[in-house]
Amino acid sequence: MGLESLVQRCEDLCRDLDFNYVKEWKKKTGSKAVAFMPIYVPRELIHAAGMLPVGIMGGGDDLEIIRGDAYFQSYICRIPRSTIELGLGGKLDCMDGFLFPAICDVIRNLSGMWKIMFKEKYAKYLDFPQNLGKSGKNFYVQELQQLKADFETISGKKITDESLGRSNALYNENREVLRELYDLRSRYPHQILTYEAYLILRASNILEVSEHTRLVRDYMALAMKKSRPNRDYVRVIVSGAFCEQPPLTLIRALEGSGCYIVDDDWVLGARYVLGAVSGSGDPLMALADSYMDKTVATGSRHEDASVKGDYLIRLVRERRADGVVFAAPSFCDPALLERPMLQDALTAENIPHTGFKYAENTGQIQTIKEETGTFADSIKLWGAE
Amino acid sequence: MNIQKKMIGDHYKKLSTAKADGKKVVYTFVPGNLNELILSFDMLPVHPEINALQSGMRKKSGDFIMEAEKSGHSEDVCTYVKCDIGMMKKGNIGPTGEKLPEPDLLLLSYTGCFTFMKWFELLQKEYNCPVAMLHVPYQGDGEITESMKQYVVDQIRDTVIPALEKASGRKYDENRLKEFLRSSARAEDDLVAIWESAKNRPSPIDAYFGGVYYIGPIFTAFRGLPECEQYYKSLRKEVEYRVEHKMGPTTPEGELNQQKFRVVVEGPPNWTSFREFWKMFSDEGAVVVSSTYITVGGLYDRGFRHDAGKPMETMAEYCMGCYTNRNLPARVDILEKAIKDYHADGFLINSIKSCNSFSVGQLLMLRELEKRTGKAGGFIESDLVDPRYFSASNIKNRLESYFQMVAAKRAST
Ligand code: SF4
Ligand code: SF4
Repeated sequence: MGLESLVQRCEDLCRDLDFNYVKEWKKKTGSKAVAFMPIYVPRELIHAAGMLPVGIMGGGDDLEIIRGDAYFQSYICRIPRSTIELGLGGKLDCMDGFLFPAICDVIRNLSGMWKIMFKEKYAKYLDFPQNLGKSGKNFYVQELQQLKADFETISGKKITDESLGRSNALYNENREVLRELYDLRSRYPHQILTYEAYLILRASNILEVSEHTRLVRDYMALAMKKSRPNRDYVRVIVSGAFCEQPPLTLIRALEGSGCYIVDDDWVLGARYVLGAVSGSGDPLMALADSYMDKTVATGSRHEDASVKGDYLIRLVRERRADGVVFAAPSFCDPALLERPMLQDALTAENIPHTGFKYAENTGQIQTIKEETGTFADSIKLWGAE
Repeated sequence: MNIQKKMIGDHYKKLSTAKADGKKVVYTFVPGNLNELILSFDMLPVHPEINALQSGMRKKSGDFIMEAEKSGHSEDVCTYVKCDIGMMKKGNIGPTGEKLPEPDLLLLSYTGCFTFMKWFELLQKEYNCPVAMLHVPYQGDGEITESMKQYVVDQIRDTVIPALEKASGRKYDENRLKEFLRSSARAEDDLVAIWESAKNRPSPIDAYFGGVYYIGPIFTAFRGLPECEQYYKSLRKEVEYRVEHKMGPTTPEGELNQQKFRVVVEGPPNWTSFREFWKMFSDEGAVVVSSTYITVGGLYDRGFRHDAGKPMETMAEYCMGCYTNRNLPARVDILEKAIKDYHADGFLINSIKSCNSFSVGQLLMLRELEKRTGKAGGFIESDLVDPRYFSASNIKNRLESYFQMVAAKRAST
């Protein structure tokens, strides 16, 4: 497959709200699929039960909301309404369960709505510890054990230490290759375009993990062979977009406004574990440990003020970024309440930043593009103040 | 009301001289708070939501919110937080005009609301003081499991108590804690009797607007103290007197004896136009016989009592049992039961822009409840402390047509 068709395939997967890949995969394997909302969901456990984990990130800008708006007030972000729209439209019928991670009160309450509206389907609110001491770990281990038992019931298949160990290893490999992709983009942002890298990453929501790992490798090889102009763009990190996703046109526009995006926090569901889940000892414990000790910082995870912003600043340094673009969904409490703290941390380090809000169907691309364009120009002219 | 006013006044006074008196101060949130434990360390609690609420009632919140937005906070997020941040930026003068003391500890009881976590992260940056995280798991499957309970108990023992010991310089004293817990349970008995009095016709209380005054002491700094017990004892007596004499509740417009409509309300009230909002109900002859807001600090009417016999477990159960820590199906069940038990003519949802914890799913709750009870449901939108989101004419219109609908429905059955 050539570069264009590979990227096109990923875009088709991203835009296919009928989830044909999932349906075909189920037919082919005779197995089941479990959907999950954006981050902090241990896909390894779903996989170890022989099922397909499917990341749901709303409906993007293709989906017309007809019924979903009747369930949410205007001041609530968009992702729950498009998810409900998908559910009511029967698009999610191919999912045999749905996990709602504890990242905000919207997704939390959505889990209860799901229980009321789709009674026949397994719906689970997945809590994870905000207290990262011993008590938190014990609690999380029990949460994982409950999930394991639930997945065994749904799939009719036992999750053994061997199968979970294998799944952990496959997802480690996948994370490793995604890290390579991010490193490569940071080194050669004119070769690894963000618009493409995003679609490649986004495909991890759907594709079976080994297939996705191969796809990332293929993409890197193809993209690096291509001759592409190296432009005089500034290097930025995008922060705050870990749940509802910006529309594809907006991602393209950001790059077009004179910014090379050298790191970001979108589709974190595939990358929230930093490093590898340990391959030795009890694999369920290893999974729990990875959440406790090696998890990416987002507005949804508690942090002491003394370390607030450290993660982002480290990333800026590692990626040699010129600045940070805060991009958060409108009405997103975790991202928007986090933002002033991160902004202060960046300001204290003289790191330029700008910010905007979006919705997954935002139409204001031009305005945002102009703003980020001005930001890029100001960095070029004056650098960090 | 006067007793309560004095209690609150005295508390703010104590807070204003806390530092001079050598008292240690802990900031913590209302839902599922550990007041008895805090008292047992002789510390003074500050509840930021109460400051925001009081600022709203005293028409100061608008300026505070603008101040916070000027300093970079989004117009999209919870106005309680912004009101508090704005108040702090303007010198931390509390609602009674006295300066509030800085916290020695932020006890982040993360119960039923995600925003709490961010709120104290923001405050910690300003005050540079320690945070003790008490993560209270949500009842996602509609129950408290053993592992959830264990997690909270472990945190109280291993995180919260050591942090309180350090901040207060006192050792944990379980006997003292038990005394406060016993006192709480007695006040809770009286409170439940007060809520249940609304089953009478006419109802002697308003369980939303009036209810706000009734929950004040028990949800905040006073639960566990003798004056709190005393308050509920005398309130109960007064309510019993009203029942006996077939008297309605006191409203800003006088006694509401002609009660045309009995309604149940879901969601917090608006504070900036509280009396105006209340008047819209009393003008229609509507009395609120039950509300969910009065359970944000515990569902006592469902049987929960603080139990001095198992201090750790009882605190854990209390934290996890608050209304907003219950999942949506449970919240619908609670409302359905209230509508039936209190013989309500209908129910109303006041959807608060600020509050995802309450608001997300309320439109589904409306549908479900209409389906299950056959009663008329109404939906209005406002905000807690942001005056920009209280449109009096709009809300009044909606309420008027809602009550017309209730009357029509009643006439047809
Ligand atoms: S966009 Fe933000 S507020 Fe909305 S569901 Fe996602 S994390 Fe929650
Ligand atoms: S979101 Fe709701 S519960 Fe949370 S602090 Fe704001 S008003 Fe209170």
